[in-house]
Amino acid sequence: MTLDTVIFFISAVVAVFGATMMISQRNPVASVLYMILSLVAQAVIYIQLSALFVGAMLVIVYAGAIMVLFLFVIMLLNLRGSEDLGAHSSPISKVTKYVVSILLFVEFVFVIKSVIIGSPVAGLLTTTPPVDDFGSVKSVSMLLFTKYLYPFELTGILLLIAVVGAVVIARRDKADDVEDTHSSTGTEPAKTDEVVTK
Amino acid sequence: MTVPISAYLTLAAVLFGIGTIGVLMSRNIIILFMCIELMLNSANLALIAFSRALNMMDGHVMVFLVLTVAAAEAAVGLAMIITIFRNRETINIDRYSMMKW
Repeated sequence: MTLDTVIFFISAVVAVFGATMMISQRNPVASVLYMILSLVAQAVIYIQLSALFVGAMLVIVYAGAIMVLFLFVIMLLNLRGSEDLGAHSSPISKVTKYVVSILLFVEFVFVIKSVIIGSPVAGLLTTTPPVDDFGSVKSVSMLLFTKYLYPFELTGILLLIAVVGAVVIARRDKADDVEDTHSSTGTEPAKTDEVVTK
Repeated sequence: MTVPISAYLTLAAVLFGIGTIGVLMSRNIIILFMCIELMLNSANLALIAFSRALNMMDGHVMVFLVLTVAAAEAAVGLAMIITIFRNRETINIDRYSMMKW
């Protein structure tokens, strides 16, 4: 068992553990933190696959920006984590999701079993040494700005549309604004009471 | 490198499965949203593993594009969550079955 294998197994176990804990938490803040743990473990695996730039970008963009956005929203919504989420689901939806989840689980057990026994892709090892500066910033950006220049420009337009769309969707209406300035003189619980009665 | 690519692909499949099960089981819309991000990430892991095995860098560019789309999706989706929460005062996905009444 070489060092590569040890690093892979440790980070794979941490990634799966973080993902499992993420979906099983009641408190959304804890869920976000477990997601960050899983992302960092995945970044380790990226770097082991000599994708240095993408690994660093995963930590910076995902763990640094997107997950902080999630935390912001959770704190903006002022969730207490004690809301009873199971009160309103119908029995059909409960049964359906358990059955589908168990079927998926069985399917993945078969996938893992076939890999252990030996699948067609098992012959494709990552033993060949990487080409020069594989995964470095320079080689990724060379591809990005020559071969994939058009998708890259489209990405910029997509981000612009997303930013404008997010602002438009999350904006309050003018009428709500007027009510809000009236109610903002009161305390926070009074404000939520007003929304409920409205 | 002594780890075969099938190990990486298995890990990607397991993470994708956890994400799918989370989407099915979760009633909290924020956790459901994070499960979608997890599924995108597992696809990224498969892309990186294949680009390493084939010694082609194109997969890294694909991962870059997927990350950008994920960021845009998170921004718009969280804005929608805020708007729905303002009207419904809940994050329970079962209460969102009707968008208008």
